[in-house]
Amino acid sequence: MGSDSNNFISEYTSGEYKYGFHTEIDTEFAPIGLTEETIRYISARKNEPEFMLGYRLKAYRHWLTLKMPTWAHLEIPPIDFQDIIYYAAPKRKPELSSLDEVDPELLETFNKLGISLDEQKKLAGVAVDAVVDSVSVKTTFSETLSKYGIIFCSFSEAVQKHPDLVKQYMGSVVPYTDNFFAALNSAVFSDGSFCYIPKDVRCPIELSTYFRINAANTGQFERTLIVADEGAYVSYMEGCTAPQRDENQLHAAVVEIVALKDAEVKYSTVQNWYPGDKEGRGGIFNFVTKRGICKGSNAKISWTQVETGSAITWKYPSCILLGDNSVGEFYSVAVTNNHQQADTGSKMLHVGRNTRSTIISKGISAGKSNNSYRGLVRISKNAVNSRNYSQCDSLLLGDKCGAHTFPYIQTENKSSIVEHEATTSKISEDQLFYCQQRGIDTENAVGLIVNGYAKEVLKKLPMEFAVEAQKLLSISLEGSVG
Amino acid sequence: MLLKITNLHASIKGKEILKGIDLEVNKGEIHAIMGPNGTGKSTLASVIAGKDEFEVTEGEILYNAKNLMTLSVEERAREGIFLGFQYPVEIPGVSMTNFMRTAVNEIRKYRGLDPLSAGEFLKMMEEKKKLVEITSNLTNRSVNEGFSGGEKKRNEIFQMAMLEPTLAILDETDSGLDIDALRVVANGVNKLRTPENAFVVITHYQRLLEYIIPDFVHVLFEGRIVKSGGKELALELEEKGYDWIKQQH
Amino acid sequence: MEPSASNPITREYLLNLFQENYKKLIAGDTPVLQARREMAIAAFKKLGFPDKKTEDWRSTDLSGSLGLDYHYPLGPSEEKDLQKVFRCDIPHLDTAVIGQLNGWYVSKDVPLIELGNGIIIGSLAEAIKKYPHLIEPHLGQYTNVESNAFAALNAAFTTDGTFIYIPDGVKSEKAVQLVNVIQHRENIFIQSRNLVVLGKGAKLTVVHCDDSYDYQPSFSNIVTEIVLGEGAFLDHYKLQNLNNTSTLVSSNWFHLEKEAQLKSHYISLNGALLRNNTYVRFDGPFGDATIYGLYLMDRKQHIDNYVAVDHASPDCESKELFKGILDEHATGVFNGHILVERDAQRTNAYQNNRNLLLTDTAKINSKPFLEIYNDDVKCSHGSTTGQLDENAMFYLRQRGIGEDNARMLLMFAFADEVVSRIAIEPLRFRIEDMVKKRLQGELQICEQCVLHCSTPEHPVEFRIDLSKI
Repeated sequence: MGSDSNNFISEYTSGEYKYGFHTEIDTEFAPIGLTEETIRYISARKNEPEFMLGYRLKAYRHWLTLKMPTWAHLEIPPIDFQDIIYYAAPKRKPELSSLDEVDPELLETFNKLGISLDEQKKLAGVAVDAVVDSVSVKTTFSETLSKYGIIFCSFSEAVQKHPDLVKQYMGSVVPYTDNFFAALNSAVFSDGSFCYIPKDVRCPIELSTYFRINAANTGQFERTLIVADEGAYVSYMEGCTAPQRDENQLHAAVVEIVALKDAEVKYSTVQNWYPGDKEGRGGIFNFVTKRGICKGSNAKISWTQVETGSAITWKYPSCILLGDNSVGEFYSVAVTNNHQQADTGSKMLHVGRNTRSTIISKGISAGKSNNSYRGLVRISKNAVNSRNYSQCDSLLLGDKCGAHTFPYIQTENKSSIVEHEATTSKISEDQLFYCQQRGIDTENAVGLIVNGYAKEVLKKLPMEFAVEAQKLLSISLEGSVG
Repeated sequence: MLLKITNLHASIKGKEILKGIDLEVNKGEIHAIMGPNGTGKSTLASVIAGKDEFEVTEGEILYNAKNLMTLSVEERAREGIFLGFQYPVEIPGVSMTNFMRTAVNEIRKYRGLDPLSAGEFLKMMEEKKKLVEITSNLTNRSVNEGFSGGEKKRNEIFQMAMLEPTLAILDETDSGLDIDALRVVANGVNKLRTPENAFVVITHYQRLLEYIIPDFVHVLFEGRIVKSGGKELALELEEKGYDWIKQQH
Repeated sequence: MEPSASNPITREYLLNLFQENYKKLIAGDTPVLQARREMAIAAFKKLGFPDKKTEDWRSTDLSGSLGLDYHYPLGPSEEKDLQKVFRCDIPHLDTAVIGQLNGWYVSKDVPLIELGNGIIIGSLAEAIKKYPHLIEPHLGQYTNVESNAFAALNAAFTTDGTFIYIPDGVKSEKAVQLVNVIQHRENIFIQSRNLVVLGKGAKLTVVHCDDSYDYQPSFSNIVTEIVLGEGAFLDHYKLQNLNNTSTLVSSNWFHLEKEAQLKSHYISLNGALLRNNTYVRFDGPFGDATIYGLYLMDRKQHIDNYVAVDHASPDCESKELFKGILDEHATGVFNGHILVERDAQRTNAYQNNRNLLLTDTAKINSKPFLEIYNDDVKCSHGSTTGQLDENAMFYLRQRGIGEDNARMLLMFAFADEVVSRIAIEPLRFRIEDMVKKRLQGELQICEQCVLHCSTPEHPVEFRIDLSKI
């Protein structure tokens, strides 16, 4: 590319974060730092039954024996886990019974984000659980859903009202021993969403959780558990933003999905945590463990993610394909710009017979960022006649970024077929020229091409989300253009 | 009777493609099967040849009074059934010579004949190449690898000449051919035609039938033969188009 | 010289052995080389042997191999019946054969062959004595002892091996065949070091064979540094045919200067545990490297091909194609790492690994990595594991070819994509023959060639059970 287009790219890739405001909301905090006392405080604040406290303490003690993982292609500055506030909750009246009781500042926050908690002005057909800092502030449509027997509520509420379900499934997919951040989350998680779809029920609307970190100096540790009983179907969306702050903030979430026989779960994420500024100051450290298990035959779990935010992303949404004929999918667009670092991908663990998985990953690196795909496909001995197809493409915008691909492919039987393909290239000059010849300026041409490049993944998103995701791609890359 | 298909139903992954085909072919005859895209022409060819992925759910195929369903793909081939592929697969690393020699000798063995020596075999290759007007040097090339569309089709005809089948099914052998290649293919068929063998020519266009004159023309539509006639049917189809068939059904 | 007593090969044992034999080890060193040796032992002391926690060794477990007791010879073995040891019966292959027995250059009376055109071939130890100025700029300069335990260990201990020098502008017509034979009545631990230097515009073909000649377990750590000067061309072959109890860690460090061209071929047919480390570094623009690998493994054999290509300069191209057929309980690893550095504009890099598994007990672990810091690149990689192409099978069978023969043809074709790249015709015919026989289960190499893993008491068969494919 000529120098003009180099200038353009630096301009183009310097987009500003649009969700960086923070709101003055009356908030209560746990004391800074992490000890057993912190955990007892969190558990007590939430009136948890004994089994929850026991689980948290076991997780905490295990966490103390672990070290931060270092294998990812990330430069992680030292994190002082004693300098984080592990629990922050907007002060509010207990027992919200209507929207009127929600802190108006909070409502305003969500309005600014374009998320309406007012069911009258709702996004068509989307039920929302809104989580600010550590706690769920409002779940919409719960009553409508309960007619179908669907439980959709905050995790805290589930612990109180459906302790048996929580006890049965929590930690069954991501045990607290799984990794450093899963252990930390299991010890201190404050809230999140819980969803149960009963047998043979097709959830009629999209379910959605919106996460917002607001308070300074706090970490967010939410936990989501989705259980789709036999023959059930649900499409679930997750979105997130955070204010613009100079210091880094920690987000360590756990998402568990259980799909029983013939069940299908679609999980879509648009991750837009604050990525830090152009110089790499601030931004969220995003360490997330997401995993689903296809427990019964013919179950299907599909992950779709659009990752544009966070200073550091460490995230590998995975599928354990235990049931025969079960299906796992992972579709990802990850954009990194400025000084962002992402190490993300998926794990597909084929255990059952005739299991199928697909991985489509599109990485886009710009600025001085590093963007890595890391994925594991394991076809175990008994997973006969299984099939995986992975395609991981990387696009580089500018000559100061990095794009990396680290696939791990393990095959242990003769009847399965595993295919992995990857390409890395810059934006095609032929395509650019073609667009320009048709009178489209470079900036718009790049926008068009990048969107086209990501389309295969974007089209997997639910309609309500696809629009937002496209906008986000624009914001992340287009910057001051337009 | 060489081939007798009765009420043949076949499906792939649970989807029925052939919905009751009846067809009789005698030695010395040329049959043309025509029809719009996606009506089951290629499926019919694959089912006769014995491709695994198609499941025959009903009906039967008799070939020389033998039930084909009990025979493997290679046994059918050795019995004299040849399928000229619409999209011949490229097999890098397998030389044409080695491939054809293995095929010819396995078929000879099946028929109780001694294998050809290297010299006899090469001589046969040269003769057949001449017969079907192939000038390129096939011997050092891998099966279909890097062949142009036309070369692949000529190679199918060459293989047909080598294997001397009793029933040759040519699946859209004319698709994508220029006029010269088309003539080569047609000449090959006409030269190889004897009172002892038969051809089933599957084609989308009437064009090929100007060079290979069929005795019978059948129109396949939505998994059934909906019309049969003499060579004039092909011309009528050409004139009226497949919409004519679609409207009638 | 008699080897040391039999011992498990541990870091502590080796560090002691180094101290005890320090004087002998440095006896032939120039001051520069001695300093490098000191650095190497310090690095090994720090690193120790890699274990399963070492990222690059996660899928290859050396503990079984290292856990055996070995003799470690610190000098050449007695030479007996050399004719037989280095018999090479590849018809019409005209090569200059260099022999190494248990890692030591077999000198006879002429330790260094010097040809009129300036080519030098012979003992590394002798070359250090006679031509230190040809050795010092290169020996130990391309390996990374700080992070590579086997390179460090090798550099600390080796005092001999083979040296090949092709001066500027000289094109060697004759291929050099380096035969590394292991023959000892007891378990033996072997280290050997080779240095190949091609001057500007030089041309050479090297056939490097690792063979064992008896049934005793051995552990070899072979390090070869190969320098390709500006515009030099090297055609490189590595043939591996070890007995069923032997472990080989073979590392080749290729250093390519401007416009140099490398073609390298790894053909691995046998061995208990084979680890091939290939490091290619482009140190000037317009370099070109192609690396092919073929492995046919069965029983409990393990093969690990580690290939690191460092695009440190712009306008270079690298291609990798590794193909393997794994039968019975065999396990395979492919670990390719392409690094495109910040300034390596207009890089083309391709990496491909294809595997056929013939049983449900064979395993493959494929890790094709790309690490790219430049946007003006064309890089791609692919990895497939699976069965023979169903459409090709149908096509062959439709022509009357039986299922077994069709599979054989396709398996041979699978291997042929690598075999057909062998430029030396007699060698290609020989390898084709060996591959064909290996696949047909009638491999005669036990008698003829170099593979002596079959004993009269326990004959070994190479049948691949076709019904398993």
